[in-house]
Amino acid sequence: MSVLFLSAFIAVIGAAGYVICRQRAMASADGNIRNLHSLPSYYGWHGAIMAAVPAMFGLAIWLLVQPMLIERQLQNYFPAAEVENPAAMTLLMGDVRRVAGGIDVAVARGALTEAEVAALDSGRSDIRAELSSVGVALGSQVTPQVLAAAKDYRASAATGAIGRSILVFVLALAGFAYAVRATHKDFRARNRVERVTLGLLMLASIIAIMTTVGIVASLLSESLRFFTFYPVGDFFFGLTWSPNFRGNSQLGLLPLLWGTLYISFIAMLVAVPLGVFAAIYLAEYASPRARSVLKPLIEIIAGIPTVVFGLFALVTVGPFLRDYFAQPLGLGNSGSSVMTAGIVIGILNIPFISSLSDDIINAVPQSMRDGSLGLGATKSETIRQVVLPAALPGIVGAILMATSRAIGETMIVTLGAGAAARLDLNPFEAMTTITVKIVSQLTGDTEFNSPETLVAFALGLTLFAFTLVLNIVALLIVRRYREQYE
Amino acid sequence: MNDMRVDQTMMTTDNKITARGVQVHYGTNHALKDVDVDIRDKMVTAFIGPSGCGKSTFLRCLNRMNDTVASARVTGKILLEGEDIYDPKVDPVQLRAKVGMVFQKPNPFPKSIYDNVAYGPRIHGMAGNKAELDEIVETSLRGAALWNEVKDRLTEPGTGLSGGQQQRLCIARAVATSPEVLLMDEPCSALDPIATAQVEELIDDLRSRFSVVIVTHSMQQAARVSQKTAFFHLGNLVEFNDTDKIFTSPQDPRTESYISGRIG
Amino acid sequence: MTDAIATGIPAAGPRRSILIEDALTRKRNRSERRFKMYGLGAITISLLVLFVMLFTIFRDGYTAFFQASLTFPVTLDAEALDENGNRDPAELAGVTTIGYGNLLRAALIQHLNAEGIDLGGVSEADVGALISRDGPAQLRDQVLADPDLIGQTIELQTLATSRLDGYLKGRVTMETALLDSNISPEQLQLADRLSEAGIMTTAFNPGFLTLPDASDQRPEAAGLGVAIIGSLYMMFLVLIMTLPIGVAASIYLEEFAPKNWFTDIIEVNISNLAAVPSIVFGILGLALFINFAGMPASSTLVGALVLTLMTLPTIIIATRASLRAVPPSIRDAALGVGASKMQTVFHHVLPLAMPGILTGTILGLATALGETAPLLLIGMVAFVNSYPAPPLDGGFLDPATALPVQVYSWASRSDPAFLERSSGAIIVLLAFLVVMNAVAIILRRRFERRW
Repeated sequence: MSVLFLSAFIAVIGAAGYVICRQRAMASADGNIRNLHSLPSYYGWHGAIMAAVPAMFGLAIWLLVQPMLIERQLQNYFPAAEVENPAAMTLLMGDVRRVAGGIDVAVARGALTEAEVAALDSGRSDIRAELSSVGVALGSQVTPQVLAAAKDYRASAATGAIGRSILVFVLALAGFAYAVRATHKDFRARNRVERVTLGLLMLASIIAIMTTVGIVASLLSESLRFFTFYPVGDFFFGLTWSPNFRGNSQLGLLPLLWGTLYISFIAMLVAVPLGVFAAIYLAEYASPRARSVLKPLIEIIAGIPTVVFGLFALVTVGPFLRDYFAQPLGLGNSGSSVMTAGIVIGILNIPFISSLSDDIINAVPQSMRDGSLGLGATKSETIRQVVLPAALPGIVGAILMATSRAIGETMIVTLGAGAAARLDLNPFEAMTTITVKIVSQLTGDTEFNSPETLVAFALGLTLFAFTLVLNIVALLIVRRYREQYE
Repeated sequence: MNDMRVDQTMMTTDNKITARGVQVHYGTNHALKDVDVDIRDKMVTAFIGPSGCGKSTFLRCLNRMNDTVASARVTGKILLEGEDIYDPKVDPVQLRAKVGMVFQKPNPFPKSIYDNVAYGPRIHGMAGNKAELDEIVETSLRGAALWNEVKDRLTEPGTGLSGGQQQRLCIARAVATSPEVLLMDEPCSALDPIATAQVEELIDDLRSRFSVVIVTHSMQQAARVSQKTAFFHLGNLVEFNDTDKIFTSPQDPRTESYISGRIG
Repeated sequence: MTDAIATGIPAAGPRRSILIEDALTRKRNRSERRFKMYGLGAITISLLVLFVMLFTIFRDGYTAFFQASLTFPVTLDAEALDENGNRDPAELAGVTTIGYGNLLRAALIQHLNAEGIDLGGVSEADVGALISRDGPAQLRDQVLADPDLIGQTIELQTLATSRLDGYLKGRVTMETALLDSNISPEQLQLADRLSEAGIMTTAFNPGFLTLPDASDQRPEAAGLGVAIIGSLYMMFLVLIMTLPIGVAASIYLEEFAPKNWFTDIIEVNISNLAAVPSIVFGILGLALFINFAGMPASSTLVGALVLTLMTLPTIIIATRASLRAVPPSIRDAALGVGASKMQTVFHHVLPLAMPGILTGTILGLATALGETAPLLLIGMVAFVNSYPAPPLDGGFLDPATALPVQVYSWASRSDPAFLERSSGAIIVLLAFLVVMNAVAIILRRRFERRW
């Protein structure tokens, strides 16, 4: 039975649990709500939860585990050499799934009967042509092993579907029966329901941790695989980046790191003065009216998708810098450059720095300003010598956060910085960054067993570590700062 | 204002600040109504009255700190040695160098003790070199009776001092610009009794060199430190006279009610 | 004050009038004005750049909504399209687009001759090249859908090639045509005559919003249909996943969580996740959902899962802020009449915080809608020219693309005609974002409570 049907079944039995348990509770209390321990709806919810929640979890776990089990079983069809190579297995399993899916579609459309499927033999007929004639396109030829595995896959999946249905039925009905039996006027339904709810709430908040664990695990495991192909030292200290999908790649991190840091540096050169001065103006000079207009206007910048900035870099800023600066100065004739990407990322980061700094400047107590103004200082002297030093830790935190965003920015550099990995000082030269290379190594048709692809995970790990450290430091600084004035 | 009794002889001699018909509006709120006061040189003048009576508002008019409040509007005349401080030609920055201010809560800057005191002299360009600046800092800290306590830790942050020391540091900071008038807005309200006593002693000491104007919510404090007292009520200046006269024989029934504790 | 030093107080210089601005004050005031100008300048520069960016995008992009097309009568010759005359669909399908292309070319030339328009030395093949390569395919679909058309003469409106469209929009000129192997100045001169005769016209192009993407050679036929559907699917999925999970997590952390090391870790985690570069979520999606769990690449389901994980921290932060804004007095009141903690939260606190939560969610969705980088990694940049199925037919598993990804993939193609479409796609994307933000602002204005 399909997952959709099973989900519907769970929903129905949950609803039935609600209605029946509620009725039973009322009946046990002789229809008098005052005799009940909890409100009637809690008995209903108890019934619904007991019927639906275990079945739902059972289904979810089954759906996660079944593919892994089937995959293990199908390994028998393939030579050991391929089984031991996880990336090759991923590809093979993908093929198996596609062929099995294709056969399913063919059967569903009536183009093939089950008997014909059983008789399929890649030696005799062209499976690919046969499937494509019923509208199922396959990328590659079907090998006998894949066909056999696909048939087994279909069989196992069918068995699995039956097992799945039985599990869901049993769990749902057992939960339902338990809830109905437990329902009695003295049953503490509310406490039970609230405990379950609390559990679900907690589960939701753990997703945040699971995400981090998932990120770290996937980055680490694939990076470790990469380092079995490629020496760690060569990656972290290599000066050349020249991936070659035929092998013999040189995958040195340093040119990418240089490009990333150089671009982020230019970005901060733009964003910090503009952002901090904008914040100073908004916090100290602007009238409330002007502030209520200007602040949202600046924050519009933050709401615009980065790909828009990317196009702006590609179409407008790049050619402008090339025609008016790089070429007249004889510094090259590339539209994509460190300058282009850096300036545009800097602009993107202005509202980020200005909003945070604005908050932080506003948190400096007014008494501090009064003290300075009362001594006859001008406003700018007060700001420079009293307000900014007091706000400095917070502003530094904001700048660190913005730097981490600049380092992790992808679309602007993909469209505006270029793709050439280079260690160069000329800011009008095209350079590339970690994020650009992650995108270029992972998009398109990729096989997950080559160092050229897996290097993206090592790059991702580097990026993650960099930004994480920056963010934690920034977070600590800002938190300490806020505590100081609270 | 027929209920205001000003000693006419006082007006002619030694007046540092002369205020006539001062009114303050905060938006639609009429915070101060038609106040006439004369602040004499080398004397402590206390402003007393219940909360929200306008005494702090008036104090903040005297060095134009009300300018920093966007909704405030000041009318009337306030003369500092005959010069109208609300004249459009006056730069509040220059005015505030002459009329210093100490606030309710000690507000040392997040700088060293030395830099706190040197702040005013530096921005007003009062010291030609480091030695002169050192001297100003030392004399100011001595003047604020703080030198002996901090002379060994001038480079430590001013925020690390105790409350009373912080307030005296703020006084030293205000004194360092050698103002002609020192305004103090409830300078002891955030301090414990011992620190309060120290600051009061200091105020008495300062009187020999400046005119001091102090806003206080404590009548005892006004009686202890001031020579002249002004009583404000609901934005009006009710009575202005020698301190002992105010406290022994108030002329206005409202003053009497206040000092005997019936209003306030 | 002559004895100032003796009494320990610095001496004032000779008394200076406050009515006269001294030199130092003048200097200080100048620096004050300069400082203020820096602030104003920073804001002006920021807004100016924003304005220039939006202006160039609208200038480059609005033309994408208009497209040149050719209108001429076409006789659907039965001999060419259905040799045997039996209207058998299988045989009709045997005629390829090349056959229809020939038909269209012949019809256009015939019409030009009939109208007395001088071909000006343009070869017949080059006249045919004025018609979009999409034209024959569309005509073929039309005929296959309605075989009765065969033998009739219909007034056909078909897209012109993007070079002609660009010529009308000023992108292609006689000079560029000289260097362009796809178009010649003679063809452009012929196009001028076509315009004069009313055969070639420019009109609003609904296909830009409805058609799927098209290949590199046919920018004129490329549309945002698949991207819009993909983005809508993803927004729907992200909404139904983030809202319950985000609200549940926030309620737990804000109302129930004990203060201990575990909840501390969760807190730090959430603030850090909110700052993790979005591309890292793309790597996670690729490794976890596609490689490990075997979900279909390029599908909106995987895209939505990635965007959900990415948006959750932001939404949790916003939701917690709105829960915190509900004053404790409300909780005390409910607890005081004997409600349980859970009842208090669900009956009183949550409804009061709902406007804030919805505002935060919409803004989170808006961020997710504009996100590009993680979607590139999970394969949504692949060329998709068929619409995903309706949601209930498994459409969430079909390959699709998204608006910002379409912007990127068009921007990275070489034909400049795609840059116009890229900018046009941004206009559509920004329109979506403006609507979402407007809804959020209205919600906030309407239901904002001051306690």
